[in-house]
Amino acid sequence: MTPTVFMQQPAILDLISGMAEQLQSIIRERQLINPVMIGIHTGGVWVADHLHKKLGLADELGTLNISFYRDDFSRIGLNPRVKPSNIPFDIEDRPVILVDDVLQTGRTIRAAMNEIFDFGRPSAIILAVLVNKTGRELPVQADVTGMTPTLKPNDYLFLRGPEPLEMQLGQKTASSGNND
Amino acid sequence: MTSNTSISIINGRLIDPANDIDEHLDLHISQGKILSVGEKPSGFEADIIIDAKNKVICPGLVDLNAHLREPGYEFKGSIESETAAAAKSGITTLIFPPDTLPVIDTPAVVELIRRKAKQSGKARVLTQAAMTQDLEGNEISDMQALQQVGCVAVSNAGKPLGSTLIQRRAMEYASTFGLQVFVQSEDRHLRNKGCAHEGRISARMGLPGIPEAAETVAVARDIALAEATGAKLHFQTLTTAKSLRKIQHALADGIQLSADVAVHQLHLTEMDIENFNAQCHVHPPLRTLRDRDALRSAVASGLISAICSDHQPHDADAKAHPFPDSEPGISSLETLLALTLKLVDEGVMDLPTAIARVTIGPAQILGLPYGKLDAGSSADICIFEIDSPWTLKREEMLSKGKNSPFINWEFNHRVTHTLFEGRLVYQSDKN
Amino acid sequence: MLYKNSQLTAEGKLKHFLSIEGLKRDLLVDILDTAENFTALAHKGRPVKKVPLLRGKTVTNLFFENSTRTRTTFELAAKRLSADVLNLNISTSATTKGESLLDTLRNLEAMHCDMFVVRHASSGAARFIAEHCEEHISVMNAGDGAHAHPTQAMLDMLTIRQHKGDFTPLRVAIVGDILHSRVARSQILALNTLGVTEVRVIAPRTLLPFDPRSLGVHVYHDLIEGITDVDVIIMLRLQKERMAGAFLPSEHEYFRLYGLTENKLKHAKKDVIVMHPGPINRGVEIDSAVADGPHSVILQQVSNGIAVRMAIMSMCLGGQDSREESA
Repeated sequence: MTPTVFMQQPAILDLISGMAEQLQSIIRERQLINPVMIGIHTGGVWVADHLHKKLGLADELGTLNISFYRDDFSRIGLNPRVKPSNIPFDIEDRPVILVDDVLQTGRTIRAAMNEIFDFGRPSAIILAVLVNKTGRELPVQADVTGMTPTLKPNDYLFLRGPEPLEMQLGQKTASSGNND
Repeated sequence: MTSNTSISIINGRLIDPANDIDEHLDLHISQGKILSVGEKPSGFEADIIIDAKNKVICPGLVDLNAHLREPGYEFKGSIESETAAAAKSGITTLIFPPDTLPVIDTPAVVELIRRKAKQSGKARVLTQAAMTQDLEGNEISDMQALQQVGCVAVSNAGKPLGSTLIQRRAMEYASTFGLQVFVQSEDRHLRNKGCAHEGRISARMGLPGIPEAAETVAVARDIALAEATGAKLHFQTLTTAKSLRKIQHALADGIQLSADVAVHQLHLTEMDIENFNAQCHVHPPLRTLRDRDALRSAVASGLISAICSDHQPHDADAKAHPFPDSEPGISSLETLLALTLKLVDEGVMDLPTAIARVTIGPAQILGLPYGKLDAGSSADICIFEIDSPWTLKREEMLSKGKNSPFINWEFNHRVTHTLFEGRLVYQSDKN
Repeated sequence: MLYKNSQLTAEGKLKHFLSIEGLKRDLLVDILDTAENFTALAHKGRPVKKVPLLRGKTVTNLFFENSTRTRTTFELAAKRLSADVLNLNISTSATTKGESLLDTLRNLEAMHCDMFVVRHASSGAARFIAEHCEEHISVMNAGDGAHAHPTQAMLDMLTIRQHKGDFTPLRVAIVGDILHSRVARSQILALNTLGVTEVRVIAPRTLLPFDPRSLGVHVYHDLIEGITDVDVIIMLRLQKERMAGAFLPSEHEYFRLYGLTENKLKHAKKDVIVMHPGPINRGVEIDSAVADGPHSVILQQVSNGIAVRMAIMSMCLGGQDSREESA
């Protein structure tokens, strides 16, 4: 079954605006000084790009390629063509806003946090996700959410981009893994 | 069964190239010798009748080059095990090169071998005398004494001689007594540390090569020395087309020469080592397709009048190494006839010619009274079934050495009976 | 069992890395791309240069031939992947004393190992080990006799790609003792598989194998003629033993005829890069001005060496697990 369009760019940008507002609240309440932002390849980077602009952060956007930290390496191996991680700032003692497109099992976020700690020790990590799905396998929670859709067990949401951004809905087959 | 048993072999196709016979004739044996071919002599009653329907009856094979490994290398083979393997494959006479331990340079060793062979009683084992003491290549051995106790030829088992001067003297001495010199021509310096034919395959694989010239240089030298000394020279296990041309010229010049080829050189080439398969590690090495085809032509035309096994059984460890570190050699008694007959199937020559190359051909080189079915000859007989497919299985091999690249090859004609001196030394299960 | 002899699994993924022979262009490109990802790890600003990919795995260096520099590179690569490393330097004298290669393997099997990195003086040794070790172990060839040194070839390819981008228009010259060089054999295979325009070998006849053109190269005996208009020059190391074996009259003569100097380099393309698998014999195959000069990318080869080996190790050991994921 071919995927269908679930949400288009205007609606997605609206969600992202909402996320930006939530983030600004948190930054104020928790008094986070000079936060940096890191997006997880590939969809998380697209979302982070917009968030980064909206929040007007001083440092460049960091990008994370978690393929070296995945816990399913033994089973599925490496994908040769993913851009390497780029963290052009010092993480040590800085608050990090970690951005991803879809949160489901929590394994991607665990891998991302492991990788972040290999760069330095952040003072805090705030997780912002565009789509919060059910299906956690690890105790991970988002601090900022774009939307929490009601979906069927076999539903599979994924972000296409970067221009235009589009969310698509497909059916998970038995063989397709999902490690978000 | 003793040699006193009288036997008739009937209904078979009798092929005896020595006497130019290829027709359906019966064979009658008495007192270990062939009594008659064709009509049963009057008053003759066979104790045993062997029905050779759909089978060929031919002389027992004569193998000019079989390393039986005893004395000295019993972990690789024994006279008992290897003659059993020979019997299973229709081979009734084996010529044993002198590289045993101790080498065959004293009559005592010849005696030991003769005794062991008689004990197992499965085939005739004849020995080559070592040309030099301990095969070291320096001092010549007691060739005449060794000839007296039964050695049929003299050779240095492929090991190098100290110099061409020593080679000349050794050949002269041997020729004094009419002793034939068997030589495995190789220039050891050109061989260097090579383990494969120096060609495109070894170049790609990074294996140290043995150039064609290593053989041709030595063949030229050996021909010149044969001419100079008058020694009767026999070239063992040739591998190159160029060597064959030199031998052809020499024969045309009237020099007394003969040559044999190892049966695997008629089938395998350098391409068979492409997977670093140590089972195809042999010495001299497998050469090119062109060489193989030239060898086949020479065998068909008779320029090479004998095909031998170059039997070299090994313990499992010998081959369990990376190619250059493995020991060369194939355990080949059990495929000598099969691979020779395969050449017939492939149209290289006809059946009687093929049989000649493993019977009367080798026998004539040494002037031995074997390899033929004359009345009065020793009853050494091989009976094989035409179009009887079989596969060489490792666990069915009787040789102690299972080192053969022909394992799991399919062959078409199967030995069913072997008689040696009128005794049945092998009979396949089905019979 | 059917694929035990091959480098690839039934699905066409890398299991052993024994030789460039038989590997398709796409797979070589995957290796380069994966290695490129690993080069980023060595950058400043990344205090922890490790990634946890091979955590819990054991990589054993089985070096039957002495080589500190190659062994160290493999060791670093394994450690940066968080693997445990076992170093076994088996000098050849120990094996001639009786312990066969197979016996060594059997003894090692008791130590639960996931990968052997093998360097051996005999061509075909790495393949032999791959054919005889336990099913789950991957074997990487760190050089076997004169046959192959595939990881070296791949790091050379990565270096070329970093400087030249597209392989297709390139003319590459390999200079020196081709006859004895496993590096050259692997490089020639890799360059031809990646589709370069031309591979040239430049050497006196004594240092060339039988019919060298059959390897897929053009043959030159004159250095200047051979490097005219080339984009890449790879200099091979000359072993001192070659003088003793009557291959060459002297180092001096070799340098005069085949040594790369600044003057001779002018005949190549203006942006030619000069490579050497190391260790360099200054004044024999290459003079210091070139080795340390602007065209030389030798140091980059060294750092690429770790990334390439990390990539290949990961590719061999990842995605093989059809067992249940362990704890």
